[in-house]
Amino acid sequence: MADRPGVSRRALFGVGAGTLAAGAAAGYFGHDSVAEAVGAESDVVDFYGEHQAGIVTEAQDRMCFAAINVLTSDRNELVDLLQKWTKAAANLSQGLPVVPDGVGGGSRMAPPIDTGEAQGLSAGHLTITIGFGRSLFRDADGMDRFSIADRLPEGLIEFPHFPGDQLEDSRVGGDLCIQACADDPQVAVHAVRNLIRMGFGTVSTRWMQLGFGRTASTSPDQETPRNLFGFKDGTANVRSDESKALDEHIWVRDGSWMEGGSYLVARRIRMHIETWDRESLDGQEQIFGRTKVDGAPLSGGDEFATPDFSMAGSGNQPIIPVDSHVRLAHPSQNNGVRILRRGYNYADGADTRGNLDAGLFFIAFVADPETDYVPMQNRLAAQDALSEYLVHTGSGLFAVPPGVQEGGYIGQSLFT
Amino acid sequence: MTLTRSTTTVLTAAALGGVLLLTGCEPNQKSGDGSITVSSTDDKCDVSAEKAPAGTLKFDVTNDGLKVTEFYLLGEDGLRIIGEVENIAPGLNRSLTVTAPEGKYFTACKPGMVGDGIRGDFTVTKSEGGTEVAAEDSQLADQATTQYASYVKDQTEQLQSGTEKFAQAYKDGDDAEARKLYASVRMHWERIEPVAESFGDIDPKLDLREADLVDGQEWTGWHLLEKDLWPPKDSYTALSDADRKKYADLLVSDTKVLFDRTRDITFTPDQLSNGAKELLNEVATGKVTGEEEIWSHTDLWDFQANVDGARIAYEDLQPLLATRDKELDATLKTRFDDLQKLLDKHKDGDGFVLYTDLSKKEIKELADSVNALSEPLSTLTEKVVG
Repeated sequence: MADRPGVSRRALFGVGAGTLAAGAAAGYFGHDSVAEAVGAESDVVDFYGEHQAGIVTEAQDRMCFAAINVLTSDRNELVDLLQKWTKAAANLSQGLPVVPDGVGGGSRMAPPIDTGEAQGLSAGHLTITIGFGRSLFRDADGMDRFSIADRLPEGLIEFPHFPGDQLEDSRVGGDLCIQACADDPQVAVHAVRNLIRMGFGTVSTRWMQLGFGRTASTSPDQETPRNLFGFKDGTANVRSDESKALDEHIWVRDGSWMEGGSYLVARRIRMHIETWDRESLDGQEQIFGRTKVDGAPLSGGDEFATPDFSMAGSGNQPIIPVDSHVRLAHPSQNNGVRILRRGYNYADGADTRGNLDAGLFFIAFVADPETDYVPMQNRLAAQDALSEYLVHTGSGLFAVPPGVQEGGYIGQSLFT
Repeated sequence: MTLTRSTTTVLTAAALGGVLLLTGCEPNQKSGDGSITVSSTDDKCDVSAEKAPAGTLKFDVTNDGLKVTEFYLLGEDGLRIIGEVENIAPGLNRSLTVTAPEGKYFTACKPGMVGDGIRGDFTVTKSEGGTEVAAEDSQLADQATTQYASYVKDQTEQLQSGTEKFAQAYKDGDDAEARKLYASVRMHWERIEPVAESFGDIDPKLDLREADLVDGQEWTGWHLLEKDLWPPKDSYTALSDADRKKYADLLVSDTKVLFDRTRDITFTPDQLSNGAKELLNEVATGKVTGEEEIWSHTDLWDFQANVDGARIAYEDLQPLLATRDKELDATLKTRFDDLQKLLDKHKDGDGFVLYTDLSKKEIKELADSVNALSEPLSTLTEKVVG
């Protein structure tokens, strides 16, 4: 592979789709300056840092998530792949191919290193987040393939069966996970596709999920989006500017190899869209505990008003029903537990009965799944009026190691 | 069975006691966009109009105060509630739609939800178009709810005696007889399931599926015995005789609780219509998917029973619906018939073929037919309470 200077997709985007001013600037200042100028418009999220990108990063609108099986039992082979992935992810995040000039710059007699479908597209705020499943530490046969079983982090538990779970074998677990988020689905899918391709022989795809329409805000500047029930949800999300809350609820702070990492909870939650759509407006609002149009809690105020769970309504019943979603999911009703939700809507066509297979691909980052997720999910599954319209069909829990500096690789603290 | 919100949803427009009702749900073309705005504060109740022509009236109520408020339209005697909307928290907005004929009324805001409220006079003038009829609407509503209550009582009686027979056969170790009774006895339960679910504690005891258990929760009820009667091939330990007795007796005594609670039960029309909708939801999410009876595969019995229960509720409401919306009435009748014809295709003797004998195409046909019925059925409540 020729080592030629890379042509950044970001740069191409700048010339092709930038403002007139940026386009004109290309003529005067040449190619490199344009790349910088467009970089200033910042559709690039820094890959390197204390934490992996794609957690507190302002939620992009699209996601491609893959759960991965590791095929090898060779520790060096696994580490080698993680090193390659890290370099590739850093390039992809900047809007580059997996290797600079990886689409057209290689031998004409060989397949291009990069598959090419993102050529000419913006970096699109692409983030790539990598996590480790419990089975990486000890597989289904009890084997410690990579001599890391003694480093299994406490938080990487086996989930209990939650009421109403109807998990499909083909959507559960994984030795590794890759979460790629971007403004453009093509950019996100391109990233996952190329990482998997680099790993053939070492890894294989276990299951995959595409998401559209972020269902949570991770920054105070973002509007709370709506789920496929048409409601605003996750208003109490931990936001990127709440550094104290992040340290307390999201980042692992135990001095272990997970220091600065987090846990990714993935749940594919199918919604019974058709029956939900037949619920009256009043019924829908009672189930959520919020108004549909404005997202205000039923205790009044606007969307961001703190729900008043003690406010009495008629018949001296709480005005926010005891089985409403907002009540059962609210931090004040969960021992103050807060999570960082980063989920997406999904619609995977129709089932054989002609009903939409659509819902929420729930992703949350927490510091301790045992205390921050399991009790809440047990409560929601057993008591939430909304659960009548939900069925969990996929599940995964992954330890997301801390971020790395240039020259390091994702998971380095685990393998050294 | 999953938990359900059942029929407890707050009724926003309680026109039940109203002798004063009109036919037709066509909004009466009267003032502007047709709605009358109400601003309720802690000491005022500002209503944008003091009169409106007879027909469908829409009040758009905003709570501009600090206390939770309610809004009422009361009859001339100041007592009879023509329509009400409750639980309007500060800053929120709710609408109330009622159908009112010519006459004198009161509007009332009730900040703090106590006392007589802040009242104002309201006059409904003669309508320009609407046909005034049906002072018997309330009688039709009463008739519907009374008939339905009788149906529920009858079904719980049959459920009780059937359950006793089933439990005896099961305890006696007569598995063939118990298997024979299982599906047909459960039909009495499935016909009135939303009623049973409205008592939150009974449904989980009697009808919980294994997948719905919380970790560590004791499993009781029909589906536990179903699994024991149609045991999985691998790694299943049959219940001991002592456990058989324990869980069969529990089934009978829990059913008795339902029986006792339904002796003097009364209903409102919206409970019938919402119940019918919920029964079809049950079909859509549990029966047409084969998830309800994963061991016996007798889902079509439940399917039929859910449809029976929904149909009875609709038929009881039908005379009232006919005065309100003939088109919806005709649609529902046709679609109930269509669905029944499809179900009849799968009858086998006194019962049905097993779910596992259905082809994908047949399941799709059933699912399509359920959707075709459920969608219009979901608009029934608005018609019978408005």
